[in-house]
Parts: sequence; structure tokens; C-alpha cells
Amino acid sequence: MEVSITVNGTSHTRDVEPRLLLVDFIRDHLGLTGTNIGCDTSQCGSCTVHLDGAAVKACTVLTVQADGADVTTIEGLATNGQLHPMQQAFRDQHGLQCGFCTPGMIMSAAKLVEEGGATDEEAIRHGLEGNLCRCTGYENIVRAVKQAASA
Amino acid sequence: MTDTRAFGASIKRLEDPRFITGAAKYTDDHTLAGTAHLAVLRSPYAHARIMSIDTSAAEAMDGVVAVYTGQDLKDHGFAGIPCAFVVTNANTLTPEHPAIAVDKVRYVGDAVAIVVAEDDYQARDAMYAIDVDYEVLGAVTDPKEAHADGAPQVFDDVPKNEILHWQVTGGDVEQAFADADVVVTETIRQQRLLPTAMEPRSTLARWDAAMGELTVWNTSQNPHIVRFLLSLVTGIGEHRIRVIAPDVGGGFGSKIPLYPEEAMCVFAAQKTGRPVKWTETRSENYQATIHGRDHVQEVELAAKSDGTITGLRAKVWANLGAYLSTASTGVPTILHGLMLSGCYEIPNIHEDVYGMATTTTPVDAYRGAGRPEATFLLERMVDKLAMQLDLDPVELRRKNFIQPFTEGHTVATGLVYDTGNYQGTLDRALEMADYKALRNRQRDLREQGKYLGIGFSTYVEICGLGPSEVAGAIGFGGGLWESAIVRFHPSGKVKLMVGVNPHGQGEETTFAQIVADQLGVAVEDVDVTYGDTAETPMGWGTYGSRTTAVASGAMMGAIEKIKAKGRKIAAHLLEASEEDIEFEDGKFFVKGSPDSSMTIQDIALAANTAWNYPADLEPGLEASAFFDPKNFVYPFGCHIAVVEVDPDSGEIDLQRYVAVDDVGPQINPMIVEGQIHGGIVQGIGQTLWEGAAYDGDGNLLTGSMMDYAVPKAAWFPNFELDHTVTPTNVNPLGVKGCGETGTIASTPAVYNAVMDALRPLGVEKVDMPMTPERVWRAIRDAQG
Repeated sequence: MEVSITVNGTSHTRDVEPRLLLVDFIRDHLGLTGTNIGCDTSQCGSCTVHLDGAAVKACTVLTVQADGADVTTIEGLATNGQLHPMQQAFRDQHGLQCGFCTPGMIMSAAKLVEEGGATDEEAIRHGLEGNLCRCTGYENIVRAVKQAASA
Repeated sequence: MTDTRAFGASIKRLEDPRFITGAAKYTDDHTLAGTAHLAVLRSPYAHARIMSIDTSAAEAMDGVVAVYTGQDLKDHGFAGIPCAFVVTNANTLTPEHPAIAVDKVRYVGDAVAIVVAEDDYQARDAMYAIDVDYEVLGAVTDPKEAHADGAPQVFDDVPKNEILHWQVTGGDVEQAFADADVVVTETIRQQRLLPTAMEPRSTLARWDAAMGELTVWNTSQNPHIVRFLLSLVTGIGEHRIRVIAPDVGGGFGSKIPLYPEEAMCVFAAQKTGRPVKWTETRSENYQATIHGRDHVQEVELAAKSDGTITGLRAKVWANLGAYLSTASTGVPTILHGLMLSGCYEIPNIHEDVYGMATTTTPVDAYRGAGRPEATFLLERMVDKLAMQLDLDPVELRRKNFIQPFTEGHTVATGLVYDTGNYQGTLDRALEMADYKALRNRQRDLREQGKYLGIGFSTYVEICGLGPSEVAGAIGFGGGLWESAIVRFHPSGKVKLMVGVNPHGQGEETTFAQIVADQLGVAVEDVDVTYGDTAETPMGWGTYGSRTTAVASGAMMGAIEKIKAKGRKIAAHLLEASEEDIEFEDGKFFVKGSPDSSMTIQDIALAANTAWNYPADLEPGLEASAFFDPKNFVYPFGCHIAVVEVDPDSGEIDLQRYVAVDDVGPQINPMIVEGQIHGGIVQGIGQTLWEGAAYDGDGNLLTGSMMDYAVPKAAWFPNFELDHTVTPTNVNPLGVKGCGETGTIASTPAVYNAVMDALRPLGVEKVDMPMTPERVWRAIRDAQG
């Protein structure tokens, strides 16, 4: 099936299998490998992207469902060479170690703050329940989200 | 020394920019022109004979390049997957481990056939079209049950499934028990855990047939070991193999081994003439990537009535799984049994360890690897003894602590700890926790029917692996030294090349800090290169909290050579004698006349151009050094957990967590804290939520993230951290290791806290993970 999807501001028209997952489209067809795949059951959140303004796990969306949509991946989060406040905060607060969950974590957290859900520590911790990290113990991620929320 | 030193500064990580922008390149992010994709058909049975395999339907499917079985791989001449740590003095057996099963499968997830196809979707489609006829055999998943007469035999040539029987003895344990005033006993189930590095494993193999050259991109903690072992498996000369571990998304031990899939990809690349890539799904990861822990421990502790511990005796059945993974036999023996004295004076110790084959996924090193199993065993028994004698667990620990030492201390198991001050970390943790107030609060709450618990863990761990002579003596199939090359470019920028392989621990930054601190260059001017065997000197990899403790020794050796050579060049250019040249803050100067100086960048340019140069000196400013430590390093600390248990629901609320660790001088405290945070969460995961489960037929019930509880952000309070600094004398910088401390310490701290909370309810034991259901049942059973 033919789909047209705008990713990070560029429109792509491709012929894809109906079963192709959006995350595989992003990684394998567009070569945007910043979006990672950490599980096969939609638990880990590593593949989180913004789809028409909502944070979604790209492993639970079929590419054909995203036809006509506007997608932002981690590669498209910075604007004019300026890091998004959440990207900067992750670095400032040492909110990453191996970096594999980081793109998904940043995309989720950016949306959490944007939607006003990062009101306090507890809200942040609960707001990140769809994203798993095995390295950091989350504490510095929470600090990063706090920093970005107050930026 | 000023406070602007690069060493000790919490500077932001140099590697971060690529990770926060999506520019990092993990193995699966690499694709070469013409890459074919490999999928592995895995056994759905824990134990079965393969009667026949029909690949014809799969071969005919769209996009399929080829389908291969174990026989094809065998005919190709590849050897089996080796175990590279065959522990000595234990009658260790090493049954063959074919990369793809030939006659028999031995765990759910064992490889049966592989498909190579144009894309990953097609490969998986075809995989399901392979028809395999099995004759199902009996499964055995528990290591102690595997030892029993009549248990299913995993290998014909491994009687009673006993891969090894290892023992450690110190003192006279029989006498200690005969003379004891009190003996406490416990059977501890160290449950099986799934390492769950967020990045699944992946391999991409390219075979250049014309040149006989193999390039492998691989999710590895130790690419040089992978190259070495791959040469043994494939018969390709080690000098013709290049292994690249690009960005690696966590390992926790699970990316130490050489796995069957590496051999499969090389084989398929040779057969098809195309680059071949395999990337596992998470479900595959849970079946076919190593698991951790899984001990049955029967333990007895002997003591005098005043609480003096006099003896420890244990019998351990360690599950090794269906095949011996790369380091598997060393984990429950050397890394476990030798640590049974912990931070206590225990004069008499004896342990028998049975390493058992079962029809389960192979078990190998998982963060802490053997040491958490020792620390939990000991810390649990110490708490039980305190309870039995009605002593404060703090006072019992204090009474039995090894006194502070700086010149080595020998324990009954034969290890010589480097340096330690266990009282120091305990005192600081008690102060931070306000122990007295906590006990008062506990008493008050109990009167209100609320159950607060305070739990301790005072630990010491063996890290910085290690002296190569010891490695050889215990059966480790390699050295444990490290090497480093420091190279100055003409412009004065520095390239550091190391054989260790960080995968999230931040050594791109901390190693740059060491070089900057020592040579007076900017941290940003140091590029740390690792991960590619073609660009780095030999090294044995990143595990066992050894990276900084061992590799820094090699770096310091190279740095000293650079300084010495720089001194010669400076003496020539400044027209002074070499003895009169001093080096400080990046400047060489003539003693007594600091104005007559040259920067190290000036020297680097002079060395690289060699226009005006000492006659007898080689050009260039580059040095290589090797470092083989004389001993292991022994970080230690005290962790305190505070929990409240709801007796009606069995739910555990982790309210506070205090951790005081001593890992020696800290190069970057921000990074050390991050390592400890992550370790704590993994250790608490074992106490409260994580546990791999098999059913009686050997099916992995926790086969995906839906069933295996990886801890989430909302399950933790903020941690309260501090540290003391006791340098080691084993390496030049005095650094120990911080990668595993949190995991080793936190499991018993939280467990002991829960048991402390449940004490008034008469509960004596709850198996881990301490789920609300288990806690609730234990309370109900105790209440009759």
C-alpha cells in the first residue's frame, strides 16, 4: 500500500506492506536509527515518537495507520541546531548511561512536560511508567524531567 | 592539586551528544549493501530428540535465500561454542555445545534451524514454515532436583547432571559447629533473573572471501575475547578477524559470552556470500540470552552466645543451564564461594558447590555475578543470628567486622582483601539514616499496628579482575591484564586507545579525565577509542567492575612514558639537562626557572615534526603500556533500607534507601552515583519483583516483558547516597570499582528490612521476589 508520511518535516511516499510496523518503517525504510526497539510487547517505550502531536510507541502502530500523519523522531526534536530542553536536561543531569532507552525516554518526557503532566516528582515517576530504563535507576531521569519542566 | 583538577570533577559526559540526538550507532543500526537477514527457529520443548527437519516449504518462500540446520553447520567444519572459564579442582565436565542443535534440544530457545532471507519479516515467516518432528523427553529446571537419582539426564556423559563439584575450605568448620553455642540454618532460593539489557543482542557478519577476512559487528562487552573465541570456532585466523562492538546498549554481563548466533551469522555469510545480520527480539532475548543467579543454598552459621561468628557451612546447587556459557563455571565458584567471609572475621568456612546442568537457558554472569549470591547468603544469615540472639543487627555486624586495614587482610577462604574500613561506611550510613530515631518510629508504629522495617547490608566485593596468574590458576581461559596506547597528534590533541569496552559506564569521559589530569590537557582534547579490535590494543573487556581499576593502570604506565619522553625533548629544546626538567599542569620547565617552559602541545609538535630533536630519540609522542594487577580490588559499603509492609495486602512500600559506598577515589562523582543508582534498582528488583519462572515442562513462563517485572520509575524513592574514600594499593590511582556495588548490596538490605517489618507477625522466611501475594501468604501462614 502506498503511504505518505511526514517525518521530521520531510514528506516520504513509499509502497509498504500492510503489516509493516511504523518503527520498522522509520528505521529500515528511512534509515532513522535513533528510534530503538527494546521489546516486542510494547512495554519498554524505547521506540516512542510523536505522531500528530501525541507520544506513541512506534511498535504498536502500523505504517499504514500513519498515512498522512506528521511524525517527529528523536532526530527531529532539536530545532535549528538547538537541543530541545529535555535533551539538554538529560545531559545536564546524567539522565542516561547506555543511551538505548534515551530517545524514547526523551520523547515521552518532552510530551509529559508539554502536556503539563510533570507537576511534581511523583507525577513524573508515574508519567514515565511506559518507559523502561535498566541503567540509571531512574533517579537522574526524574531530575532531568524536573529541570526541563522548570525551563 | 587544585579544585579545578579534571580528576574528581562531575563534568558532563563527552559521549552524551550522540545519544540524546539519536545519532548513536548500535549494532542493529548498521546495515551494509546487500545485507541478508537471519532468523533462528528455536525449540518449543525443553528437552527433546530431533527426529527430522523438513525445510523444503521454507526454502520455497518469498525472499528466502537459504535454510540451514545444525548438520549444515557441522559439515562446514565449525567447532562448538566453547566454555572459556573451566574452573579447576572441581572435576569440571564440558559437554559439547553445538551452535545449532544436531540430535537433541536441551532448552526452550535452543536453536534448531536458521533462515536467511532478504528481509527480517520474510526470514521470520519462513522460520515458521520449517517442520520439525520431535520426540519429547523429560525436563528438569531446578538445580537441586537435577542432582537427584532418576532426574532427566541433560547429557549422556554428565552423570547426575553434575558439571562440577567445587569446594572451598578454611579453618576447621566441623570443630566450629561442634563448639558452637548457637547455630542458625536456612535454605535460600536465589531465584533466576533475566539481565534485560535494553538493547537486544545483534550480530552483523561480513565475509570477504577473496581476502579471507571476516568483519563482525557485535553487541559485546569484550570484542577482543569475541575475536579470540570466534577464531577457535570458525578456524579463521585471529589476525583475519575484526570485531567491532559499536555503541552497546547495556550488558550487565549478558554481553560477555560468545553466543551461537555469532557463529551462525559467520557461517551464513560464508555460505551465501552476503553480509548477514541477526537481531534478537525481546522474547528471544529472554529465551536465548544468558540468565543470572539461580542457586539453591543450604546454609548454617555457627556462633558463640555473645554473637561472635565462628563458622559458616553451605551447600549450593548452582544452575548452569543446558550448556556452559563463556564464563559460567567461574561465577558460582570463584566469584561466589571465595567471598563467603564478607566483611567479617569468620575463621572457619566450608562450602560445596554443585554446578548443575538443567534443561533451561544457560546461566552466566549477571551484574554482580556470584557476589550477590554470596552477600545475600551471608547478610541474611547474620540477620537471622541477630534475631536468634535478640541482638541489634548493627551491633552484631560491628562485633564481627574485620578491623580497618591498609596493608591487606587474609580471610579464611584464602583471599587477601586490599584495603578496608567497614566501620566507616556503617557509621556514616547510620548517621544519615538517623538509626535511633528510626527504631523509635518503628516501635511507635508497631503500637498502631503498622509494620516498619529497617534492613542492613554491609558488604565487600571482589572486583577489578584481576591478576592474570590467578586467572590461569582458576581456569579462566585468558589473561586479565589491560593495555592502553596514548598518542599525541601534532596539534597536541590526544587519542587514547584501550582494550576494555565500556557500554554505558561513561569511560569516554572518565578516561579522558585521567589523561587530562595527568598530562595537563583539556578533557575535550582527549578522544577515547574502544570497541574495534582493528583500532585498539588487546584487552579483556568490561565486566567484574574491572574497567577503570585495571585499564587505568595501563593508562598510567603509558602516561609516565609520555612524560619521560617529553622531558627528554624539553631538555633538548630548552637546552637544559634532563634531570633539571620538571612537568606540571601541562608544562615542562627548567627547575627553578618556570619561565623557561614549553607546553606539552609544543612538545607534541616538536616530537611529531622532529626537526630539532635529540639525536638518539625516536620521533613521535606515543606510548603503549600493559598493566597486570597484583591483586583484586575490594570495594565495600553499607546500605540501609526502610520499608513499611501492609499486612492486609502484603504490599511493600520502600520508603527510604541510604547507601554509603567506598569505591576509592572517584574520578567523576556524578558518574559513580549513576552507577550506584542503577545497581541499587537492579538489586531491589531481585528482592521485590524480578524472577524468571519455568513450569514443570521447562517452558519459560516469564518469556516477555509482559511477564517479567523490570522495575519502573514509580517504584522507588530518591536514594540517599554518600561515600568514604579508602584507596586501594593495587593500582596507581587507588581506584576500586563501582559498577556492581549497588546490585550486590541492595538485595539483602531490602530483604532484611521486610523481614524486620514482619518480625512481630512471626514470619521467618519469604522467597524472593517478595511479591505481595507471597508476603500475604507468609503472614497468613505465620498467624495460623
